[in-house]
Amino acid sequence: MRGYSRRGFLGMAGGVTAAGLLAACGSNTGRGNGNSGETIEQWYHAYGEAGVQQAVERYAKAYDKATVHVQWNPGDYDSKIASALAASNGPDVFESTLRVDMVRSKQIVSLDDLLGDARSDFTESVLASHTVDGQVYGIPQSVDMQMLFYRKSLLQKAGVQPPRSVDELIDAAHKLTTTKVKGLFLGNDGGVGVLGGPLLWSAGLDYLTPDNKVGFDDPLAAESVGKLRTLFTSNSLLLGAPADWSDPSAFVQGLTAMQWTGLWTVPAVQKALGDDFGVLPWPALNAAGKASVPFGAYGSMVSAKSKKIDAAKKYVQWLWVERGDFQQDFDLSYGFHIPARKSLAAKADKLKSGVAADAVRFVQDLGKPSNPPAWTAKMQLALSDSLNKIVRSGANATTELKNTVAAVQDELRRING
Amino acid sequence: MTRRAGAFWLFVGPFLIGLLIFNYIPIGWSAYLSFFDAQGTVTPDTFVGLRNYADMLTGPFAQSLLTFSVFALFIVPLTFALALGLAVAVNRIRFARAFFRSVFFLPTACSYVVAAMVWKLSLFSGVRFGLANTVLDWFGQDPVAWLSNPDPPWYWVVLVTARLWLQVGFYMILFIAGLQRIPDSLYEAAYVDGAKPGWQVFRHITFPQLRPTSIAVLLLSLIAAYQAFDEFYNLLGTARGYPDFGRPPLVYLYYLALGQTQDYGHGSAGALLLALLIALVTLLQGRLLGLGRREA
Repeated sequence: MRGYSRRGFLGMAGGVTAAGLLAACGSNTGRGNGNSGETIEQWYHAYGEAGVQQAVERYAKAYDKATVHVQWNPGDYDSKIASALAASNGPDVFESTLRVDMVRSKQIVSLDDLLGDARSDFTESVLASHTVDGQVYGIPQSVDMQMLFYRKSLLQKAGVQPPRSVDELIDAAHKLTTTKVKGLFLGNDGGVGVLGGPLLWSAGLDYLTPDNKVGFDDPLAAESVGKLRTLFTSNSLLLGAPADWSDPSAFVQGLTAMQWTGLWTVPAVQKALGDDFGVLPWPALNAAGKASVPFGAYGSMVSAKSKKIDAAKKYVQWLWVERGDFQQDFDLSYGFHIPARKSLAAKADKLKSGVAADAVRFVQDLGKPSNPPAWTAKMQLALSDSLNKIVRSGANATTELKNTVAAVQDELRRING
Repeated sequence: MTRRAGAFWLFVGPFLIGLLIFNYIPIGWSAYLSFFDAQGTVTPDTFVGLRNYADMLTGPFAQSLLTFSVFALFIVPLTFALALGLAVAVNRIRFARAFFRSVFFLPTACSYVVAAMVWKLSLFSGVRFGLANTVLDWFGQDPVAWLSNPDPPWYWVVLVTARLWLQVGFYMILFIAGLQRIPDSLYEAAYVDGAKPGWQVFRHITFPQLRPTSIAVLLLSLIAAYQAFDEFYNLLGTARGYPDFGRPPLVYLYYLALGQTQDYGHGSAGALLLALLIALVTLLQGRLLGLGRREA
């Protein structure tokens, strides 16, 4: 039998490769099941709750004006979206928090015209967190929020009242600390990562002022951050837990008497502790300040680089403005979130009593966006570095915050000219 | 084109194209971006000259370079000493030699991410039931928050031990290869001349003969130290950020350029500065250690 020559083998391999490439080019026609023929690429980050992926795929399938392909993205979703928007291979529709850079770089389109009569039904502060220069760029899908969980029985045993001020919180954490249980868990970084906003709000300050100036160029900021340093060095904070603040493990396993975590942990905490827990906002530092809860709201956005902007906007309008039933299912059937629509939140039985009702009230009365659109990632990096230096390394709070103010001012000049 | 040249380009061409597209063009583009205000865009139009370089040399990036020079000062000599010690021991052992070589080499196959998770969650967890804290408890000591508290900087113990476990086996294999290239006749001659087995032979025969391998190990481990990312990111990073202490240059550049910040201008300037620094230190080290010098 005649063997293959080298030339023959290479020719055959080349032929097979070319055929494969041609087949790959021809396989994706973009046509769906009896719809207009457009295919919309939609991205979600990977939600932890079972069933969400199947639910969003079901919503996509129910849309009959286009074929919607859902991409589920585990891992560092926010960075992936940021890179995809800078390049031209991103999704048509995606969920994200709004950042002013996205607007200034013309990466997303305004969705103002999609809201119609439903505009007034969205919680104002939540819609504001998706608004830049008066234009709405994201249709809020759901609201998550953070608050302070405390174990009633442990506080009772130690003779401690639920803390209503920062000083009471420090005192309570100290009194609740034993050889086996720490008083408070704010995350393995001592709360530096999640408490930037609450520390400022508790002193009556903010990231930025309404007229877009630095909102914490004030001695009270140093005083407030100094309180977190006091907690960090008090030996009453749990540090180095196997799971971080966003997971309720440390709280339900009895490693800590109080924990800063989110609304999404309520079902797991209820399952483990029954009614033996309560929730509080981050307390006020002084009379000028205010208790607060940070909330985050992913909104559905449309990429400006999409070649099907109109079709993508229609889909977003259909899914998150017209189909209230889907939003209710998305928010409450799998995890534990507050619907962004007031009418849906009011109807939700799960949110009508107990700590869930407290959480809804906190968001309405004390809620502050954890990622305000005008607060950029670069500003956050500067503040985070400063908080780490002050709280974890003991650097001078006034000096460090002055440096951060200067860095934020530079960034404001870049963004706003 | 001759048939021979055609075959050459057929095999080399695809790799050359890959190298061009995925290495040289990005490096060139990165150098271009480093002179522009390129935040959120890879096609910038605002030329800023050397400003990005100046910002990087006066900001947190400079601090991260300094921190990492300290890390390199620890990790390079430790890696060298442990790898050499293990190689000599494993090379001399007569019983189950292959087994011991495998045992020490196997961690090299482990992912840095997995190792970091094991170190963080099991060995150096900050709670009382972490392995290290359990041992401390036997001696009546309080639990240590190994990775959370920079004062005292116990996090270096976690970072250095993780990296040692992961990389010593690889360098041990290099040293074993070096040891096996030393001719037996040298040892026999030494014995004839009255050299005592053990330290004297090691100092005057083995170690000098390992000079090329030693230089390679020092250079490779130094470059690896400056390129550290995985274990640092997974040990010290959280979903909400990364502390300024223990932050290697690549982690800082990741947050600056590839995270949500998307500052490609500063990121590119930092990447080029880091590349230059690695090249400079490597050349200096090579010159000091006599890299390429012909044996007498």
